[in-house]
Amino acid sequence: MSGTRSWQRMHPLSPIVRGGRATIAVAVLFVPTVLRGGDLSDSYVQLAIAAVLTALGFVSWLVTRWRIDGDDLQIETGVLRRQSLRFPLSQVQAVDIVRPGLARMFRVAELRLRMGGASGSTARLAYLPEREVEPLRDELLALARGDRRDEGAETTAAGAEERVLTTVPTGRLVASILISDVGLVAEAVIAGLVVTALLAPAAATGVVSGGAVWILSALTLVWRRFNQEYRLSVAEGSDGLHVRSGLVALTAETIRPGRVQAVRMVEPLLWRQLGWCRLEVDLAGRQRSKGEGQGERRALRAVLPVGSRALAGELLDRIVPDRPREQSRAPRRVRWKSPLRYRMIAWGRTETCVATTSGRLRRVTCWVPLQKVQSLRRVQGPAQRSLRLASVHVDTAGRNLHATLRDRDVAEADRALEQLTVLARDARRPLGSPG
Amino acid sequence: MAVDESSIGSDRWRRPSPRLLVLRRLQVAAAALAALGAAGALAVVAGTAPGLACAGVAVVLGLVAERIVRRRFSAWRYAEREDDLLVQRGVLFSRLSVVPYGRMQFIDVTAGPLERSFRLATVRMHTAAAASDARIPGLDVEEAARLRDRLAELGEAQAAGL
Repeated sequence: MSGTRSWQRMHPLSPIVRGGRATIAVAVLFVPTVLRGGDLSDSYVQLAIAAVLTALGFVSWLVTRWRIDGDDLQIETGVLRRQSLRFPLSQVQAVDIVRPGLARMFRVAELRLRMGGASGSTARLAYLPEREVEPLRDELLALARGDRRDEGAETTAAGAEERVLTTVPTGRLVASILISDVGLVAEAVIAGLVVTALLAPAAATGVVSGGAVWILSALTLVWRRFNQEYRLSVAEGSDGLHVRSGLVALTAETIRPGRVQAVRMVEPLLWRQLGWCRLEVDLAGRQRSKGEGQGERRALRAVLPVGSRALAGELLDRIVPDRPREQSRAPRRVRWKSPLRYRMIAWGRTETCVATTSGRLRRVTCWVPLQKVQSLRRVQGPAQRSLRLASVHVDTAGRNLHATLRDRDVAEADRALEQLTVLARDARRPLGSPG
Repeated sequence: MAVDESSIGSDRWRRPSPRLLVLRRLQVAAAALAALGAAGALAVVAGTAPGLACAGVAVVLGLVAERIVRRRFSAWRYAEREDDLLVQRGVLFSRLSVVPYGRMQFIDVTAGPLERSFRLATVRMHTAAAASDARIPGLDVEEAARLRDRLAELGEAQAAGL
């Protein structure tokens, strides 16, 4: 095939970076001995472990190779269980560049291709030299668009021109995390500790050692969120939206146009007073499974961690241009079934997009392009039946974002189901085809 | 764009085979008989009165279960429309799924040992959305095969990308 290229290996330092925490642990193991001026030959066990780990890392590096073969990305790996993976580039949903702290130290980066489809998985090229990653990303995206790789010049130009849409100021991000659900929990924990320490210093040490796990996990959540969303910026390029963020671990994602399955805007109770909201997009991909890193487990990608409604509206215009401006409220009798949700419940639609709003304390609005609808379901529970209500669920291939027309009048729900079925069918069909 | 204003439905609803109801009733009867057997044993061990009481409870529960099974069976129905498959089910929570053929990724036809002995099979249509729910149990083996082939054919003709 004309597009076939020779096999390439990862960066030689990748096993060290892949080791991540293990590498740091090994370093910690040896540093005190070396600093004390002690002889390393005393610690045979540690040396043996380190030697075995190094050998394993080297072998894994030796047997892993990748190449671009026509329209596929091919990765081969494994010693005993040899794997040859083929990723069709036409199914790429998004391309991420991820650089954890350790990778930044060694100037390497990971390229992650998120694939669609039921068998969709993530292709990981970990790790490649930093300077090679961006050209490769642009090239893969160009191939994914279906361009033949004629000249390299054209693709690099396409990736270079982009327009920054938003950047999140650090101060606002900190403030928003402080009054978010995660932040409030962490603050409550810390405040509780301070109060205990002041009232009964003796008890405080017990509390700290007893609740260490909880304290750590609360702080980790806050830290992770801050680290992921630090200086997040969204730019519009010819190959999609570019989302960059990170403090220690840097990520740069490219979301291809038309690959967004659903968008949601979240407005927690406290944020609403300040007019803030958060915008997240959902992409197609496999359901979360074991063995995936934290990066993959975070299924929803925030394109706007915190911002004003106007800013969110601007971004929404890029992602779902034809979205409903008006939403119709739920019938009054819904108060009896969902007293908290009643004020939030609403839905609206245009010819190409459906919007639903719900939530108890926070308001969650979902937009689903009708082109992306996989199936529709009308569900009626016992409480709904007695109030002549029904819900219509809109299923997409996204991971965990479900739009639901909650608690509508039965006649309205039936009508909406029929209309959405027809509209989704027409949206799915390419223009000009019969029907 | 013409949007049909009529409420959703079809005049060509089909139902699972009546043998599914027979199978479900037999399952209930087997459970009730086992409970009656236990009641008999209790009567031998602890006297007639508690044994009779347990037997009565078993019979009543069996009758209630039979009624639930019957209602659940009659709630199942499906229809093949021009562009999508409708599946309705559920008594307490009634669900109506609309699954377009174009969204179909693959079809499962399964038959457990009990279903097989009644010449029944379950057809399930999968889409890229995990929440999609298009399962039709208790179809005649021939009907299941026909439905599978027809869905596969329609799915191929109307397939759409993600």
